[in-house]
Amino acid sequence: MEAAAKVQRQMVRLRGRSYVAFVFTPTVPVQDWLHEIDATIARSPGFFAGRPVVIDLSSVDLSQAGIGHLLTSLQDRNIRVLGIEGVEEGRLTPMMPPLLSGGRSCVVEPSAPKKAEVKTETKPTSLLLENPVRSGQTVIFPEGDVTILGSVGSGAEVVAGGSIHVYGALRGRAMAGVNGHTSARIYCQKIEAELLAIDGFYQTADDIDAALRGKPAQAWLQGNTMRITALN
Amino acid sequence: MSKVLVVTSGKGGVGKTTTTAALGAALAQRGDKVVVVDFDVGLRNLDLVMGAERRVVFDLINVVQGVAKLPQALIRDKRLENLWLLPASQTRDKDALTEEGVGKVIAELRGRFDWVICDSPAGIERGASMAMRFADEAVIVTNPEVSSVRDSDRIIGMLDSKTVRAEKGERVEKHILITRYDPSRAARGEMLTIDDILEILATPLLGIIPESQDVLKASNVGTPVTLSNADGAPARAYMDAAKRLCGENVTMHVPAERRGLMDRLLRRRAA
Repeated sequence: MEAAAKVQRQMVRLRGRSYVAFVFTPTVPVQDWLHEIDATIARSPGFFAGRPVVIDLSSVDLSQAGIGHLLTSLQDRNIRVLGIEGVEEGRLTPMMPPLLSGGRSCVVEPSAPKKAEVKTETKPTSLLLENPVRSGQTVIFPEGDVTILGSVGSGAEVVAGGSIHVYGALRGRAMAGVNGHTSARIYCQKIEAELLAIDGFYQTADDIDAALRGKPAQAWLQGNTMRITALN
Repeated sequence: MSKVLVVTSGKGGVGKTTTTAALGAALAQRGDKVVVVDFDVGLRNLDLVMGAERRVVFDLINVVQGVAKLPQALIRDKRLENLWLLPASQTRDKDALTEEGVGKVIAELRGRFDWVICDSPAGIERGASMAMRFADEAVIVTNPEVSSVRDSDRIIGMLDSKTVRAEKGERVEKHILITRYDPSRAARGEMLTIDDILEILATPLLGIIPESQDVLKASNVGTPVTLSNADGAPARAYMDAAKRLCGENVTMHVPAERRGLMDRLLRRRAA
């Protein structure tokens, strides 16, 4: 007997731990508010799936039956209610989720559903632009190569995770291999660049050999130095 | 069919207002019904170049805000009866331009005129973006120098992304107009060549306006240059540009260094 009691005492451990939950604040009329929820679900199905939700009833005055109806309505939409706040304990039945208090707001990063969406479609690994990149425009494509059929204007910026190909004059800035891709290269038909960079190693217009200006050229990394040579 | 044309550049002082007045007058001389609209709220100039500064009662902002009706604000040109001006306000600033209000005014002007020519302010802020917002076509005024060409490139990028047409997936038809082209400086290699400019901007050329005293004189007396000295080189270049805007095929003349009779006489005397 004594041994059994000892074991039981060891088993019971109480610890405080806080979790992040969505707080819903229903507004009157509740029916309209539920329509809003439906619209959100229609836009991004699975947005609430498996997420803990707390209902804040402080801005509505619902009877016990009303609260019960609200809870079943949410249940029908696959929204699981973890707790309720903002109402007197007397209005809740023992079958309803427990009353919570002392919640603090925090920032929730909605990264999980976004990732799921991106994964479903196959990511392209190159970007093709058929128009010139104008001054002031920035093209950022961390996923891979960028090919431009046209020129990159002075004051424009092209940033790529892979290599950059410019079938025209490169007069702006080109940054290739931005995610640490050291074998990325920059190719252009006419080099007049303001700045070239590969994996963080860069050269400005002043550093680029004047004899190369206006000629077809490529830039690549040789160890920790950037080399720029004429093409063909 | 009515067309909304924006005259823009990015850079200041390249000749947007002069071009607006000259093209407006040239199109009106051809018989089209034209309105020139000043979008340079707070720094208006088009009224001066058009010689209408003493007749301004209501302005674009009044119409945008519904204080005045459009016919009250339109000023008819004294020389050409089918040329009109919608002046800007000098006392307000560009924040007074709302997209909704400007859209309404442009729509109303479309119903009354063949050409609605919007004179954009310099810069890329609200005034400039409102002037180009509803445009069908754009004339990008560029001087043969690097800073002007780079700013024009920036403006072309905005025309391709920030206009109603671009947002609907359509195109704003763009034309380059090179102004203040000085043949003697070009011959000495002190300016960008026409080919350089067109290569950088990759946009069709509408015309080349030579640098000339005519332009300054015309502005000072408040007359569009196509009216003040219709036989001068700038006036003829603007008239040709207007013809090209209407779809006519006109041979492009690159202004050459002028060796007039006087020059030759003077040279002979000096020798």
